[in-house]
Amino acid sequence: MLLAAYDGNTLVDWSWVNDHTTEIWQRVQEHLQLVGWSLLWGVVLALPLALLAHRYRHLRGPALSVTGILYTIPSIAAFSLLLPYTGLSQNTAIIPLTAYTLLILVRNVLAGLDGVSGDVLEAAEGMGYSGSRRLFSVELPLAVPSIIAGLRIAAVTLIGLVPVAALVGQGGLGTFMLDGFNRDFQTPLTVATVLVVAIAVIVDALLLLVQRLATPWNRRMARA
Amino acid sequence: MSFLQSTLDWFDNGDHWSGPEGIPHLLWQHVQISFIAVFVAVVIALPIGLFFGHHRRGGFFAINLANIGRALPALALLLFAVRQFGVGDPPQWMQTVGIGSIPTFLVLVALAIPPMVTNTYAGVSGIDPEALDAARGMGMSGGQLLRRVEMPLASPLIMAGIRTSAVAVVATATLAAIVGWGGLGRYIYDGSRVHDYERLFAGALLVALLAIAVELSLAAVQHFVVPRGLRVAERSEDRDSSKPAPTSPGIAPGVVAMPPVKPDTTLTA
Repeated sequence: MLLAAYDGNTLVDWSWVNDHTTEIWQRVQEHLQLVGWSLLWGVVLALPLALLAHRYRHLRGPALSVTGILYTIPSIAAFSLLLPYTGLSQNTAIIPLTAYTLLILVRNVLAGLDGVSGDVLEAAEGMGYSGSRRLFSVELPLAVPSIIAGLRIAAVTLIGLVPVAALVGQGGLGTFMLDGFNRDFQTPLTVATVLVVAIAVIVDALLLLVQRLATPWNRRMARA
Repeated sequence: MSFLQSTLDWFDNGDHWSGPEGIPHLLWQHVQISFIAVFVAVVIALPIGLFFGHHRRGGFFAINLANIGRALPALALLLFAVRQFGVGDPPQWMQTVGIGSIPTFLVLVALAIPPMVTNTYAGVSGIDPEALDAARGMGMSGGQLLRRVEMPLASPLIMAGIRTSAVAVVATATLAAIVGWGGLGRYIYDGSRVHDYERLFAGALLVALLAIAVELSLAAVQHFVVPRGLRVAERSEDRDSSKPAPTSPGIAPGVVAMPPVKPDTTLTA
């Protein structure tokens, strides 16, 4: 069975790119939307979960195992499992993608909070910070680098996973990949792949920038 | 409810348990190609990670490799590989060892290598220099040091890398159905094409269960591979929250394998 033998198609047929700029831009936006919503929901769910697991130690194991099992479910399986319930809506993609971020985010928030040194906590106590006030104005800000590190991993992972959702009618740039493959036409496949990697690099760099801006004390320390 | 019932009926149907489209055959195909891909990736990745870790060189390369691996969409890699290598049947000897599709196999291996290299490197290069000095003081040669000190001490992270890769491989092998090969992805892909949602659902369920089974059995393997002393140390460290978190934490028991928490460098750097 020879579905698509390599037929010497050039890597990029620029006239196709010229004719499809609107559609390409639209797919890029769709891609970013799926990633953005999933990350947002991921943070909304993971942050409270991690804070609970930080506060109540015995919740730690269960929180990590449950999110760990979610992380294990293959994306194509997760999208398909949801198909009967959510149909061809964006939720079919967003729900599993959100689930994948949870393990990464919960782990990193916990690692960040664990990383706050005992001396700092004592100093905060001494200055009259306690309970939730200490958590929100001392511990969480100090955990920001680790939290953003988690966001970066989650974002890059999602950007690479979204194309699979093309199989259930979502998928952003993945739509071009499948389309190019099915029509035995190399250009859409190449363009979509390059764009996916480019988006991953840019988003990763932007999040790093956010981290630098959000933690000015680290910069000062680095300079000193 | 009726949908779940009809999915159960699908599993109950004897026709789905035999022949080339039956569960045993497709499951076996899936397991075989995943296993051989992970095996080949281990053979390639571990020596690379051990070499760079042992000599404490190439950290930049090792860390960025995993980042790049994450950013590359597996679907695109597979489609590229098929266009490059075609979907013809591989030679007999390959099929005997479980490689039923060359492009799928190559993509799975390529996908499995980065987390293994990165984790092995992180594990070996992160070993306390004092432990190495002590071993050298006892007269160990470089090779002995690697086998008797570095590999055991790095084993939690090495295993974490293998687990991450293995689960990713099992998941990605599902995509092989899109390019006309077998494995459990067949049910998902064919099911969605002919709108047979019971078949699709059953396939998705089988893949998810297989991935979880792989994860759990590798966790069991890890339990036996990792030296006892390390397991204890890990747990007591876990309780002591005043300590700074390690840059690349070992994997807590019962937790799915993950690459090191911090991408120490950016993709662009």
